[in-house]
Amino acid sequence: MAPVVATLVASQAPGALVLAAAGEWLVTTAADLDQKLRVLRMPTDTRVTLELSGIDRLDTAGAWLLLRTEHDLTERGNAVEMLNLRPNFEPLIEQLRAAGKITPARHPRPAHHTIAGFIARIGEISLGLIARAYSILGFFGVASATALRLILHPRRLRMTAVVAQMEQTGVNALPIVGLLTFLIGVVIAFQGADYLRPYGLENYTVPLTGASVFRELGVLLTAIILAGRSGSAFTAQIGTMRVNEEIDAMLTIGLDPVEVLVLPRLFALLVTLPMLTLCANFMGIFGGGLMAWVELGIGIPEFLHQLSTVAPWSFWIGMIKSPFFAIIIALIGCYEGFQVTGSAESVGRLTTLSVVEAIFLVIVTDAGFSIFFSALQI
Amino acid sequence: MPDYSGEPIIRVRGLVTRFGADTIHDGLDLDVFRGEVLGVVGASGSGKSVLLRTIIGLNRPIAGRIEILGHEISTNGDIDRREIEQRWGVLFQNGALFSSLTVAQNIEVPLKEYYAMPPRLMDEIAAFKIGIVGLPEGTGEKYPAQLSGGMRKRSGLARALALDPEIVFLDEPTAGLDPIAAGDFDTLIRDLRSSLGFTVFMVTHDLDTLFSICDRVAILVDKKIRVGSLEEMLQDDHPWIKSYFHGPRGRAALLSEAGHLARSGTPVVSGV
Repeated sequence: MAPVVATLVASQAPGALVLAAAGEWLVTTAADLDQKLRVLRMPTDTRVTLELSGIDRLDTAGAWLLLRTEHDLTERGNAVEMLNLRPNFEPLIEQLRAAGKITPARHPRPAHHTIAGFIARIGEISLGLIARAYSILGFFGVASATALRLILHPRRLRMTAVVAQMEQTGVNALPIVGLLTFLIGVVIAFQGADYLRPYGLENYTVPLTGASVFRELGVLLTAIILAGRSGSAFTAQIGTMRVNEEIDAMLTIGLDPVEVLVLPRLFALLVTLPMLTLCANFMGIFGGGLMAWVELGIGIPEFLHQLSTVAPWSFWIGMIKSPFFAIIIALIGCYEGFQVTGSAESVGRLTTLSVVEAIFLVIVTDAGFSIFFSALQI
Repeated sequence: MPDYSGEPIIRVRGLVTRFGADTIHDGLDLDVFRGEVLGVVGASGSGKSVLLRTIIGLNRPIAGRIEILGHEISTNGDIDRREIEQRWGVLFQNGALFSSLTVAQNIEVPLKEYYAMPPRLMDEIAAFKIGIVGLPEGTGEKYPAQLSGGMRKRSGLARALALDPEIVFLDEPTAGLDPIAAGDFDTLIRDLRSSLGFTVFMVTHDLDTLFSICDRVAILVDKKIRVGSLEEMLQDDHPWIKSYFHGPRGRAALLSEAGHLARSGTPVVSGV
């Protein structure tokens, strides 16, 4: 492309100023012209002539600069005149003049750039948290009420949807859950044997692995994987349906979105999460056993004997926790999906939020269970 | 105002597009001339939007040549494409505004991408464009989700016009607007065209738009395109075109436009 040139020459006559504009006043030259115009010393109370005969090309950006200059000069009490604009540019200037001067929009600035803003933001977040906890509790209530109603009329349960969700959240998650817990079992047995050997306690490696996998790690890892895998999927699915007004369509047809969308996911997770926990426990123990055999030379009969010293309650504590985690993950995932409003951006934001919230609540609940079971002295 | 004697600004030759086994266009030829408003019509599913998307390079054709502003679009590298992209503006059906940015920031996206401009000037230009497309003051600070459908279209147009393009592609600009808003939008496009002098390639369903602002009409029938002035198209005896223009809605639009022209003293479209 040929170099695009635009010029602005100011010449002072007694009691009058002539600004001669020439060349191509286009968006390409606008930055340069803007700078020239900004350093121009604007006179007051004089006659100013904008001599425009030299302008070869003009677009809206160039026209804006001309109109802005005219406006600024007039505001300082000058008598401004635009002269000799080529006739083919007249309609452009006329139409743009009619559009009027619009004050530039303020850009959204993050409010916490000042100290007061920072404190206000802390307050906003706290109030937001309380409001959200309240609303999540409300959603849990609605879901429970709908679930109870469904138990009274079991034929309304959508079995196809439940089975489809079970496949997605259960069967398809099996490989990753199995692999991760197997590796964790391996790591615990390996590290445990390492740390216990100096004290001559390496025989406790197997009970250590068994207790930690059964009681905490199996169920916790499964829940965290499902929160990342399925909870996020629930939010994204329901959120996209909200963006497409599918939820509104359901309501007008008389379908209850909680019954159609939430309960199948909840029931599916209530079945699959305990089953996956069982698999996770098995794989964790398998990994631990493999490591015990490699590191310490413990054979299968010896391994089973040592494992039996772990109290059976350890296993049941893990299993008892799993349906609670399932409820948390399913309901948080669905709840955040319903919070989506309008834009694609909010789907992304709420999906992230749903995973973080679900994992947070799972771990808090887990801590609660620890206190509860230790009070029961199990 | 349109210049039919010069080189066409968009030239399509032998275009073939196909989705799986479905052939959408089969050897389609089309010329668009500088300064004209071309309205592309056709039945639902006849490939109007696909044609637009193919011309702007969002969809790869199976065969054929597409030249825009003298550049072959389908074979060129990225450098050339950037140069052409500066010279066209596209308004998608629902505005396609970036939802995480305000309207003003949306308009500034192309400015930022192509020019090193001081932020203050960019803000001013964005505000000016908002005024040009007839949006009220204060719209610039809003997010797309806060706008009505019509305002979103106007904002999309403002973004399409950010770089003062030579060609403006409009995909159903008046669909989903109430008749008054649609009429206003037609007037807006006509006024901007006469002052800014761009070329308009418009896909539309709206007969009123077709009658009031289009210089020529391109009709997609039988996987090809028929182009001509409105009068020529009204004479065409292809069954779909006939029922399109001479059905009840077509007649109503034609009559109202004829009445409007008669009142304003311009010759009535011949062949009514």
